Amino acid sequence: MEIQQLQHIATQVRRDIVRMVHAVNSGHPGGSLGCTDLLVALYFDVMHLKRDEQGAAIFDMNATDEDLFFLSNGHISPVFYSVLARSGYFPVSELATFRKLDSRLQGHPATAEHLPGIRIASGSLGQGLSVACGAAFAKRLNGDDKHVYVLMGDGEQQEGQIWEAATFAPHHKLGNLTAIIDFNGQQIDGPTNLVMNNRDLGAKYRAFGWNVTEMKGNDMSDIIKTLHESKNDPEVPTLILMETEMGFGVDFMMGSHKWHGVAPNDEQLAVALNQLPITAGMSDY
Amino acid sequence: MKKYTYTEKKDTRSGFGAGILELGRTNPNVVALTADLAGSLKLEGFIKEFPERYVQCGISEANMIGVSAGLTIGGKIPFATSFANFATGRVYDQIRQSVCYSNKNVKICASHAGLTLGEDGATHQILEDIGMMKMLPNMTVINPCDFNQTKAATIAIADYEGPVYLRFGRPVVPIFTPADQKFEIGKAIVLNEGPDVSIFATGHLVWEAIKAGEMLAEQGIEADIINIHTIKPFDEEAVLASVRKTRCAVSAEEHQLNGGLGDSVAQALARNFPAPLEMIGVHDSFGESGTPDQLMKKYGLTAEKIVEAALRAKSRVV
Repeated sequence: MEIQQLQHIATQVRRDIVRMVHAVNSGHPGGSLGCTDLLVALYFDVMHLKRDEQGAAIFDMNATDEDLFFLSNGHISPVFYSVLARSGYFPVSELATFRKLDSRLQGHPATAEHLPGIRIASGSLGQGLSVACGAAFAKRLNGDDKHVYVLMGDGEQQEGQIWEAATFAPHHKLGNLTAIIDFNGQQIDGPTNLVMNNRDLGAKYRAFGWNVTEMKGNDMSDIIKTLHESKNDPEVPTLILMETEMGFGVDFMMGSHKWHGVAPNDEQLAVALNQLPITAGMSDY
Repeated sequence: MKKYTYTEKKDTRSGFGAGILELGRTNPNVVALTADLAGSLKLEGFIKEFPERYVQCGISEANMIGVSAGLTIGGKIPFATSFANFATGRVYDQIRQSVCYSNKNVKICASHAGLTLGEDGATHQILEDIGMMKMLPNMTVINPCDFNQTKAATIAIADYEGPVYLRFGRPVVPIFTPADQKFEIGKAIVLNEGPDVSIFATGHLVWEAIKAGEMLAEQGIEADIINIHTIKPFDEEAVLASVRKTRCAVSAEEHQLNGGLGDSVAQALARNFPAPLEMIGVHDSFGESGTPDQLMKKYGLTAEKIVEAALRAKSRVV
């Protein structure tokens, strides 16, 4: 897909995100806005997904012969839901039910309500990399040559289970696995290097046996290029340090942990939407 | 009292090892995982025949649970193995979110449960695992009593779609259930029928319950003895049918009284048919080092204690 077209979709997804969290006065806009470009790139360009004749995605829980994405930092569910809906997994109108009673769009992603596109619950941090390792292992056992992607937070790297999985993947030669860290330098209590300094994450993963590369997470061209180039070694998993700006696309939300889990009020929503103009062919849910 | 005999003693974990080897041969989707305890879990046979379907995770149980959940996405049936302590309490949140809330087809198979792990002591002797696992929505909890039943249960859970906790142990115990049994999840097994008192037992305590039944018979008391191999889903119907007849009951398990089999029996009786219940189990304490026999005796998990409890229960019937 053309870069410009992907950018248009990303802008619409960002509109969805701020409207969704505003509507229920809860949710996590900051990280969602920062990771929008990545999820749009994956679902609209990079990943091989099952689609019907109209190009809408078809959901297969087992993901046989298609690429797979896991969201480990489940609190950025708004971007995940918007991208899944706009890929055709479920009606875009359902985004209006986010975080409401009886919705399939739970606060954090869950499988219990059978929302197409979600394969595992996430929210309690540190578990997604292990799940992705298992799925990548299953693909190898099945002779399925498709790829597994997983997105994690940088604050999430403080969880011990991450490093159990980081040891496992290279040991079992999971070259069909690409893990991406949303390297925005923020977590709930403040800047990551002040809350609990992760130090050199790239050097850590390299020492654990991963291919490590960097990517500008709010630059669509760089995302597309890096993701296409990153899965070259069939026996070594790839770790991408994705530099993003929390709140990207909405100026007053950018660069601060304050918008990690806070919704905009009516006035702030209007300002935000003004900065995210609807483009040709797109419309709000 | 029906006569139960045995010619051989074996550990229930070897029943698991035999079961998973057979599964390896019959079900190509079965995958065995361990966290550095392949020998203790008797996986050698499976590893030898199916090395590509064996996943060594190293000493990282949390990751093993997550990897297992991931393997189900791809149609695999993962059997994640460790000691009961490290397979449950240590990884409760991983089981809760990645397995039970996500309703993944993961089989958590745990050996060395309870006091009979022996000399390693309380750090390794978990007595809370049944309670923790049965509280989780979507989880099935099974605690078989001997080699044959553990083997049959291992094979049966592969055909059941959903999370399962299969609990077994380390010591050798009498093999008294049939080698060709078909294991039915959630269906209690009546071992002896009697009008005087109901004895509900699980795991290693089932054999003790049989011995207790023989001692009671010598006193002219005929007990209903029921093997509750599945704690969840709980066979409430079998429990109520028995107590409606006997009007008093004993529960027996190698587990804390809180959260265990006795707790499930008590709930069923209180809700449906209040009757005297005496509970054999561990009273809110940790275990300690010792031989399995010494420990079972010190903590009162013996046939003699079941007999005393049965007499107490019977005396309370109004």
